[in-house]
Amino acid sequence: MKTDPAGVLTGVHYLDGDFACGEGAMAAGCRFVGGYPITPSTEVVERISRRFPMMGGVFIQMEDELASMAAIVGASWTGTKSLTVTSGPGFSLMMENIGLAAMMETPCVVVNVQRGGPSTGLPTMVGQADMMQARWGSHGDYELITLCPQSPQEAFDLMIDAFNLSELYRVPVMFMMDECVGHMTEKVVIPEADEIEIVPRKLTDKPPGEFQPYVADERLVPEFARAGDGYRFHTTGLTHDERGYPEMSVKAQEKHVGRLVEKIRANADQIVRFEEDDTDGADVVLVTYGITARVAQMGRELAQEQGVKVGMIRLIVVWPFPEKRISELAGKIKAFIVPEINYGQIVLEVERCAAGRAPAILVSHGGGGVHEPEAIAEAIVRAAK
Amino acid sequence: MSTVKESPVSEAVGHCEHPVSPYLRMDRIPHIWCPTCGIGTVVKCYATALEEAGIDLDKMMIVSGIGCTGRVAGYMNLDAFHTTHGRAIPFATGIKLSRPELGVTVFSGDGDLTGIGGNHFIHAARRQMDVLVILINNFIYGMTGGQNAPTTPLGARSSTMPFGNFEPPFNLPHLAASCGAAYVARWTSLHIRRLTKAFREAIDRKGFRFIEVIAPCSTLYARLNKLGTGFNLMQFYHDNSEIRHGADTREVDIGFQKNIVCGKFVDEDKPTFQDRMHQHYEEILKERYVPMAPEGGWIHE
Repeated sequence: MKTDPAGVLTGVHYLDGDFACGEGAMAAGCRFVGGYPITPSTEVVERISRRFPMMGGVFIQMEDELASMAAIVGASWTGTKSLTVTSGPGFSLMMENIGLAAMMETPCVVVNVQRGGPSTGLPTMVGQADMMQARWGSHGDYELITLCPQSPQEAFDLMIDAFNLSELYRVPVMFMMDECVGHMTEKVVIPEADEIEIVPRKLTDKPPGEFQPYVADERLVPEFARAGDGYRFHTTGLTHDERGYPEMSVKAQEKHVGRLVEKIRANADQIVRFEEDDTDGADVVLVTYGITARVAQMGRELAQEQGVKVGMIRLIVVWPFPEKRISELAGKIKAFIVPEINYGQIVLEVERCAAGRAPAILVSHGGGGVHEPEAIAEAIVRAAK
Repeated sequence: MSTVKESPVSEAVGHCEHPVSPYLRMDRIPHIWCPTCGIGTVVKCYATALEEAGIDLDKMMIVSGIGCTGRVAGYMNLDAFHTTHGRAIPFATGIKLSRPELGVTVFSGDGDLTGIGGNHFIHAARRQMDVLVILINNFIYGMTGGQNAPTTPLGARSSTMPFGNFEPPFNLPHLAASCGAAYVARWTSLHIRRLTKAFREAIDRKGFRFIEVIAPCSTLYARLNKLGTGFNLMQFYHDNSEIRHGADTREVDIGFQKNIVCGKFVDEDKPTFQDRMHQHYEEILKERYVPMAPEGGWIHE
């Protein structure tokens, strides 16, 4: 269906990534945001708190990030699309309730504008070191979806996809920006509302009494009933059966948690998304994401000037990971080059998928700035020899 | 699983439905609580209050955290949310703000709401979030085996204060009142009629409403402190409860095996978070203000 025009600021704008992200959320139909201030993400909720009162949305500044995350999970059970926004330290605090959202199968979106870490780290400076945390940060087994924009325009566009994916699979979606994308200002085109497709919350058509909250459909996703519609359902963070009742058994654990994992793994082909350029006949393939993709593009051009055939994969959906494509390419190329603003995270995933058929070479940056394109070019040229 | 044999009494009177069974998930009974635990009695009082209030139960949500009392949501025949440890209040806040027509009851324990969840408790009271908070205080962390709680009286033993507790406990009515709660009361699980009346009254009020219920934990608190059984604790409440409506909440703290001041301490009509938000935006933004629809901020076909 088309989105609610009230949230869409149609036009051509000059926006930073944080503002564009906020506009994307409102255009996607988000109407509840709980947040806690943290640099460099706060502009997202500042934007939203200024516009929400005019479109029937509620923003509340909660007392901490634990509360923000718990509040958006609660809000989502009323069918209201819900969002929270944070950066590293706050992301750590949200982890327990991200697990609750995964366990209860609650659609919601969590934005992390990444800064340098660990701990308080570099509050105003860029990092990309929370990529594995997005995937594994809460305890226990679960799968979720993670997107990674490289520009303010994408911060807008992918926000709509983030909400849609969270509705389709009933998972929390991690929206992994970085400080550079968050604070860079560029042209952002916001289309008309009737050009924005959104996935509404799909409600069960079963009457109360026949409905069970955790009976999954063929995509392994259960039907939803809103809080307050008379279904009198029960949901819990404990392992539960199809009625949503706690069941402490090996069988129930395998059935429920197995499905939480499988609903993403089995649908990965529909979710995985990346941009691929010049990989045919390439000797070296860059695997990049976020701001580093834009820096790597310069490194790639420098290497091409030296005659190296270098292709590029830019991850848009990072989790689930495009393992099939990486695996296919591994048999055809000399090496993968993975530049990232951390000491090695996505490179490990590339290495896993390449399974020894091509090395995955990390070009690390500790954070606080972006790579020198020359460093990336040098790694490419060396790997091509 | 053992099977329950028909008792001579039930054979004599026949099977009749429990008066509050329509308010419970009978398919989840038997519950997990120990014999002589006070929680069941409090649940019965709450269910009775719901019945007396005559409200649309489809519009009453119940949210619990973790712990023995955290299991209450799971037994109530309402839309029910069993959430994470300490986070029932912010979870409830999200529900209330995004579908304002719903009523929300938070039902949880002392450790959950004022230990790990203490920050949420004080802020929800400060901002006058429109939720009814029922806190069962058994002076101990029950589900994990009797550890010290922020409510354990000075001198009482717990499994992590084996030589007696030396940390001063919270005076919960005073905490709630000083943060601005609109309704504050304390009863014990012995005071079933007064407690039911308090629930009934608080359901009709608005704003942050807090009811503390002192209840026996015979398995841990009573055993560790050699206080007998749940029955002995109930007898203690009978002999040592003092009803002082309107008491200064500074004076209602609880000592080990000392008197328990009960009553209604605060009952004020205060604008809720949402009242203030609407009034403020209407004043500032005038006709540009679009409040969240009562049925929620959701977009549907």
